[in-house]
Amino acid sequence: MKAAAVRILLWGYAAFSMAPLVVMVLSSLRPTGDIFDQPLGWPTGFGNYAKAWTEASFSTYVVNSAVVVVCAVLLGAGVSLLAAYPLGRREFRGRSALAAYFVSGMTLPAHLGVLPLFYLLESMGLVDSLTGLVLVYAAGSVPFNVFVLTAFFRQLPHELDEAASLDGAGPFATFWHVMLPLVRPALATVVVFQFVPIWNDFFYPLVLMRDETKLTLPVGLTHFFGQFQNDWGTLFAGLVMTTIPLVVLFVLATRQIVAGLTAGMNR
Amino acid sequence: MAVGARRGSSYVFLVPAFLLYTAFVVYPLFTGLTYSFFSWKGTLRAGFAGWDNYAGLLSGAFLDQLLPALGHNVLLFAGTMAVQNTLGLVFALALSRARRGKRALQTMFALPYLVNPLVIGYLWTLLLSPAFGPVNALLKPLGLAMPWLGDPDTALPTVVLITTWQWVGFPMLLFSAALGGIPQEYAEAARTDGAGSWQVFRRITLPLLKPAMATVTILSFIGSMGTFALVYALGGSNGAPAGATDVLGLLFYRTAFASGDVNAMGTSSALAVFMFTFIFGSTLLLERVLRRKA
Repeated sequence: MKAAAVRILLWGYAAFSMAPLVVMVLSSLRPTGDIFDQPLGWPTGFGNYAKAWTEASFSTYVVNSAVVVVCAVLLGAGVSLLAAYPLGRREFRGRSALAAYFVSGMTLPAHLGVLPLFYLLESMGLVDSLTGLVLVYAAGSVPFNVFVLTAFFRQLPHELDEAASLDGAGPFATFWHVMLPLVRPALATVVVFQFVPIWNDFFYPLVLMRDETKLTLPVGLTHFFGQFQNDWGTLFAGLVMTTIPLVVLFVLATRQIVAGLTAGMNR
Repeated sequence: MAVGARRGSSYVFLVPAFLLYTAFVVYPLFTGLTYSFFSWKGTLRAGFAGWDNYAGLLSGAFLDQLLPALGHNVLLFAGTMAVQNTLGLVFALALSRARRGKRALQTMFALPYLVNPLVIGYLWTLLLSPAFGPVNALLKPLGLAMPWLGDPDTALPTVVLITTWQWVGFPMLLFSAALGGIPQEYAEAARTDGAGSWQVFRRITLPLLKPAMATVTILSFIGSMGTFALVYALGGSNGAPAGATDVLGLLFYRTAFASGDVNAMGTSSALAVFMFTFIFGSTLLLERVLRRKA
């Protein structure tokens, strides 16, 4: 009796949790007229997607978002990887101070610097530019990336550097040939963790971007909602298109991370 | 290779990250702090202002916006604690008794928090639309149709419900993990001593969940104070209807970029520093109170 109540509560809420997302997907496949006649119903076709993609310039938004996210994640991960290597594995003056300097950024409220950031980018001619956004996101990802990657470098066995230097490898060769292959799983983690917040970020482009052809998805979505107010079918299709890349990433990334971790163990 | 040269190479590795992070994160933050101590004519610095910008935050006209916005953030936090985190605990307890489908359930509870808050906001605007939304269509036959986001009295509670729907999986996962760490023997020992299941919960489970509760409370506080994209999607930058969903994040955005005030840069920078100090200070305070050993 009690077990049955628990099961009903859990599966009932699970249904409630999923229902809005299911309604979103179903409605995106129905013409607006049908939705207004009957709020809930079965899908009939993909017309809304075609409309959102071409008429509402979703194609532009998606391409811009993809370019910004990929470049920012790669740049952020790349510079952090370089920095984490000496911080995690080498002895030099000021190491702990530098590590603290980078990691303190995790607790700083980066949004509060948005006005000076705007003027800084303006002076560099990077307002309303995807390059500007990439730099801002890459810089913002440095603290977390350095934190995770430094910890990872630190736990790799010490014999590795010794063996490499006995073989005559300098620090750059050691980094490139010995360390890089080993940190791949940590790199996968860093990439996945940065992808989502950058893909979803609304604040920076809201402030930094004006040109309609350079908008990323979130701000594009706000314009789209103003423009297509009464075309609900198309609105739902836009919402689904904004969400799908994250779902795809999660399906791919779980496999990627697990594969990366096990590969690291076998070495 | 000389030892000195090898050491020097460490810095070469650090240069790109250092430059990027200093230029686009650290420099703007500290410059923002100095902005708050100057008065401004548009984008031109007009002179040292001392604490004037901060005093301006507490002056009549601005205070009339600041207090309601801050109040709404605090109400969102209270609502989140009462609804979202209580439900999260209930679900975690229920889940600890479920035998089958645990993983599937956890995934379904957690799925909404992967979705962009802006998408969540717009999705619920459509679903809760008084005229054409499916929610009222379902509730109307039961006589339960509501204005939801359309009425200043129900708008903020509706935001709490939407936040709960998105985030309830998060406290649930944290509480589940904490429950999993409590040895079964404690409850068994109490039961042999004649404790009922309520007493076991009240005297054993609940005290052992305190650290998890502290974590959930602090994260909820930071989340409620920083909310922006969701309320922007639900009520626009003015916190419609009638400012009922206005919060600090929206107020900062309006002050900095849409106020038309000549001293916008001074006022908004002071507001930013105030927000940071308030949120950071309150978090430290919560941390101390909640993590105190009883």
